[in-house]
Amino acid sequence: MNIFVLMKRTFDTEEKITIVDGKVNEEGAEFIINPYDEYAIEEAIQVRDKHGGEVTVVTVGNEDAEKELRTALAMGCDKAVLINVEDDIEAHDQYTTAKIIAEYLKDKEPDLILAGNVAIDGGSGQVGPRVAELLGIPYVTTITKLDIDGDKVTVVRDVEGDEVVIETSLPLLVTAQQGLNEPRYPSLPGIMKAKKKPLEELELDDLDLEEEDVEAKTKTIEVFLPPKREAGKILEGDIADQVKELVRLLRSEAKVV
Amino acid sequence: MARKVLALAEIRDGSLRNVSFETIAAAKTIAQGGEVVSVLVGESVQSYANELLFHGADRVVVVEHTNLKHYTSDGYSQALMAVVDAEKPEGIVFGHTALGKDLSPKLAIKLNSGLVSDVVSVEEAGGNLIFTRPIYSGKAFEKKIVTDGMIFVTVRPNNIQPLERDESRSGEVKAISVDIKDLRTIVKEVVRKTAEGIDLSEAKVIVAGGRGVKSAEGFKPLQELAEVLGGAVGASRGACDAGYCDYSLQIGQTGKVVTPDLYIACGISGAIQHLAGMSNSKVIVAINKDPEANIFKVADYGIVGDLFEVVPLLTEEFKKLKVHS
Ligand SMILES: Cc1cc2nc3c(=O)[nH]c(=O)nc-3n(C[C@H](O)[C@H](O)[C@H](O)COP(=O)(O)OP(=O)(O)OC[C@H]3O[C@@H](n4cnc5c(N)ncnc54)[C@H](O)[C@@H]3O)c2cc1C
Ligand SMILES: Cc1cc2nc3c(=O)[nH]c(=O)nc-3n(C[C@H](O)[C@H](O)[C@H](O)COP(=O)(O)OP(=O)(O)OC[C@H]3O[C@@H](n4cnc5c(N)ncnc54)[C@H](O)[C@@H]3O)c2cc1C
Repeated sequence: MNIFVLMKRTFDTEEKITIVDGKVNEEGAEFIINPYDEYAIEEAIQVRDKHGGEVTVVTVGNEDAEKELRTALAMGCDKAVLINVEDDIEAHDQYTTAKIIAEYLKDKEPDLILAGNVAIDGGSGQVGPRVAELLGIPYVTTITKLDIDGDKVTVVRDVEGDEVVIETSLPLLVTAQQGLNEPRYPSLPGIMKAKKKPLEELELDDLDLEEEDVEAKTKTIEVFLPPKREAGKILEGDIADQVKELVRLLRSEAKVV
Repeated sequence: MARKVLALAEIRDGSLRNVSFETIAAAKTIAQGGEVVSVLVGESVQSYANELLFHGADRVVVVEHTNLKHYTSDGYSQALMAVVDAEKPEGIVFGHTALGKDLSPKLAIKLNSGLVSDVVSVEEAGGNLIFTRPIYSGKAFEKKIVTDGMIFVTVRPNNIQPLERDESRSGEVKAISVDIKDLRTIVKEVVRKTAEGIDLSEAKVIVAGGRGVKSAEGFKPLQELAEVLGGAVGASRGACDAGYCDYSLQIGQTGKVVTPDLYIACGISGAIQHLAGMSNSKVIVAINKDPEANIFKVADYGIVGDLFEVVPLLTEEFKKLKVHS
């Protein structure tokens, strides 16, 4: 089976966000594989181990993403592709990313594409479904279970806490929800092997795309931090009195109940 | 510039979700005096149209078909594309719900358009429409504008104030007929796991439990408190990982991002990933037996104590209030 994983490099979830010169400051920040993409990678590896084939992990970004691609290879992916757009594109949005990925995939005949359901930084959840639609294949988002039997596929989709069982077929794109699996840690031999696995680097030129083809449709004009929350009142006295006081405050001071 | 804007309505458990009215309000701002057309899609949904008019839609377009009984991206995009072809709107607003998140990117590709997802506020300034949305799961925000093509956005539930309901409002309700076919994904079964009623993302009050709740059983008192307050129960990843509750309840950077009026955190330490998902709530109450717990740094009110003692007392106190009022 020809399997592809779409992976985004993102800030570690431990990171606090600061803003410098109107942009999110990346200086000194730790980066990780987007947590939902880890589920996608794990599932891709499991599907390959069961049904045979090859897993290629693809990212659009700059050369810094090589580290996360190597991690994906160490987990067990077979090949990695970095589409390096740093020199070619200034304004970038989900439209841009999806177009680039779809252009790369269009002649690769993928059977299965896995993505995260959302990137924890940009947070739009657009890229997976956009890519599927550009390729003309069906998709199912936020899946917690995937069963493949020949061309027939059964997925369980998480819909705001309810489970929807869906039948569909390959080729297919799915996006991973928490609970799909337990992503493995790269093993030491895995890390050694990853160093020798192929990591291809492409640019827009290699994809038959001009900058105009992928021009963003939206633009960020400002980035800001939410007002800092101040620590409030810690109530005192015996617990029963504290509870009474809390209810009073919620009613007459905060006016939320 | 006056625009025509579509606003997609959503139905859950036999009633319109609140976000339907919020899409109308957002569409009004985008329309700048133009027309707001609510769209109803489903098997048999026309009866909801009046309620949308009462909440400010100028007109309602209805698409009904047996193949629209369950949501599928193929079925719904055929319905929406038919509406777009008939109405030729300049803007579209969906809720940033499971349905809206799944459907909007597909439609954006069909329309060759951008899409601003998860918008919490819309404003007009100097001829530009400015959309504010959280990034880094609420650790920061960005303001976006649309630079080319359709103005297409999804709005986060619970953030945009709907218009006051007014039964004197009226407008045209029109059905258009579309043959919905060739569905490539078929819904076989819907397994209901959540309680009837309030969805976490739309709840005005959330009572959330963490590892301090100690067991699935331990969530009982939290459920009782949520019930009295007409709210929903949520959880930290600690509680989900420990198997006390389902992952669908998880709040935080890799769970739901919520903004209720009142968030009551019980036995939650306040890890940065959890705070990302809830610290934009209006009022936060923390109940934790550790006075040093990080959660107190963002709480408006804190009680240092055992949640199994505090939560039932709180439920009693709110019950008394209810009886009095
Ligand atoms: C060089 C560069 C410059 C950028 N400049 C801007 C800018 O100026 N303004 C701005 O708003 N944004 C900018 N971005 C961000 C970028 O446009 C979005 O982050 C990206 O389109 C993904 O959107 P998202 O974060 O909402 O991901 P989502 O749609 O939430 O991601 C869902 C899933 O799609 C897949 N995916 C997402 N992104 C990628 C990717 N890059 N490669 C492979 N798979 C992916 C992953 O599986 C992910 O889990 C830039 C990105 C790059 C690489
Ligand atoms: C990639 C990544 C993503 C993550 N995403 C999320 C996310 O989306 N959401 C999330 O929540 N976490 C997330 N986490 C996990 C996060 O780092 C914390 O581990 C988690 O939030 C801790 O959950 P907790 O507060 O319930 O547990 P703990 O940190 O163990 O805290 C339990 C608290 O309960 C208190 N307590 C115990 N008994 C009682 C009692 N009887 N009465 C009152 N108080 C009591 C204790 O004092 C303590 O403060 C993520 C982590 C990673 C690495």
